[in-house]
Amino acid sequence: MFDDFFIRALIAGLGIALVTGPLGCFVVWRRLSYFGDTLAHSALLGVTLAYSFELNIALSVFIISSLIALILIQLQKKTNLPGDALLGLLAHSSLAVGLVVIGFLTFIRFDIMGLLFGDILAVTTDDLLIIWTGGAVILLVLKLIWKPLFASTVNYELAEAEGLNPDRAKAIFTILMAAVIAISIKMVGLLLITGMLIIPAAMARNISDSPQKMVLFSIIGGLLSVLLGLFSSLEFNTSSGPSIIMAALVLFILSLLNIKQSIKLKN
Amino acid sequence: MSSENSTLVKLNNAGFKQNDKWLVEGVSLTVEKGKIVTLIGPNGSGKSTTAKIALGIYKNIEGSVEKYTNKVGYVPQKISIDWTLPLRVYDFMLLTENIKDEAIDEALTLTGVIHLKNKNLGNLSGGEFQRVLIARAISKKPELLVLDEPVQGVDYTGEIALYELIKRISDTLNCGILLISHDLHTVMTATDHVVCLNGHVCCSGSPMDVAKNNEYKTLFGEQASQILSVYEHKHDHVHSDKGEIKKN
Repeated sequence: MFDDFFIRALIAGLGIALVTGPLGCFVVWRRLSYFGDTLAHSALLGVTLAYSFELNIALSVFIISSLIALILIQLQKKTNLPGDALLGLLAHSSLAVGLVVIGFLTFIRFDIMGLLFGDILAVTTDDLLIIWTGGAVILLVLKLIWKPLFASTVNYELAEAEGLNPDRAKAIFTILMAAVIAISIKMVGLLLITGMLIIPAAMARNISDSPQKMVLFSIIGGLLSVLLGLFSSLEFNTSSGPSIIMAALVLFILSLLNIKQSIKLKN
Repeated sequence: MSSENSTLVKLNNAGFKQNDKWLVEGVSLTVEKGKIVTLIGPNGSGKSTTAKIALGIYKNIEGSVEKYTNKVGYVPQKISIDWTLPLRVYDFMLLTENIKDEAIDEALTLTGVIHLKNKNLGNLSGGEFQRVLIARAISKKPELLVLDEPVQGVDYTGEIALYELIKRISDTLNCGILLISHDLHTVMTATDHVVCLNGHVCCSGSPMDVAKNNEYKTLFGEQASQILSVYEHKHDHVHSDKGEIKKN
């Protein structure tokens, strides 16, 4: 009925949505969307290194993104620059370095559009393995650090005072962010990964009254976005990333109707 | 060894410096099981800082802290919660520990906010939120309770009832309490040990000892020590037979 590549894209996309759902909630709660952007932009450098040294793309992106996160933490400690300036500095300079390196790699044909916006044709069986095992590990680790991470998201001092070690949870979460970007870059593209993290979570916020519900709706929203997005991508021959994000946007707009109603109810 | 066993947290000459300015220094105090230690002092005297040192929130401190328990309940003075989080009172009660539903209901009933259990935390009034904070801290059945201005924003009658509750909890759970309060009247009656701070320890001892201390008098004024002795005197007479404090 469908071509193999499309089935692979579906399986990959659904796997990614399962992971971005809960992680995206923390990105929204902890106001980390620009942090996500920065890690995603640095992913281009990871991809070019993967091609240069014939490494696995997901692994290479994971390493570079983690490195950038470490550099960010060091810069935050050692300079007086505000956080958003440091994020912008790292995002654009790593993007620039990545693009310059691509310029030197004349012997390899790059599909820049595919890197930036995702390409469903690029998903291989190996990628499926990486997405689903990587995704399972990410979700497992997130479950393990959920309590301290969530408690310190609500209030850092309460978590610290009552012995939950929030600093460790935060460090681990940073690594999880790098990991989710690494597994979803081929599918969604590096310019749109943060959208995949934020938009379903934002949609879920509009229709949830508890953190558990928000995570659940965020996952469902992500899965629906992938399904809708990929089918329309196939139908209209559009890039997979923008199609998925547009589907997520439509769901978000629909969720706004719920807000209007609940505000009316209050009045 | 027996005194070692009942010690929950011990500060030895502890201090904390931020941007080259001492917030508090040279504080030594011990909180033991079943005892209430109260910190008093003017604004900026380092009361909250001392509590945070005891809790281990501040890491790079002078002196040392010995903490003998991990079962801690904390009611911070200022709490900034981001309301972009959908959080009900019920979710908040489970924030740092998974507690049984009965224990949650019991704690919320004790502080008089059980009817708010499924309300969004962002929709509570200041006083209601304060009651939820206290309920959350006691529902864990902690060994050490640190209460930083726990009744701020609570109405007057509620204030008295909550201090009664805190005293009762210290008795029934046999937990140690480190209490910070501005309200000299209410605090002193239940307190075992008072530490008067002003950037350092001015004086410390039983409530009456502190009230007689000259440094305390200069810090709070002659009137404050009179209020205290008056209250001590009244104390025997304003309890009802149910053990509740009655207003005149």
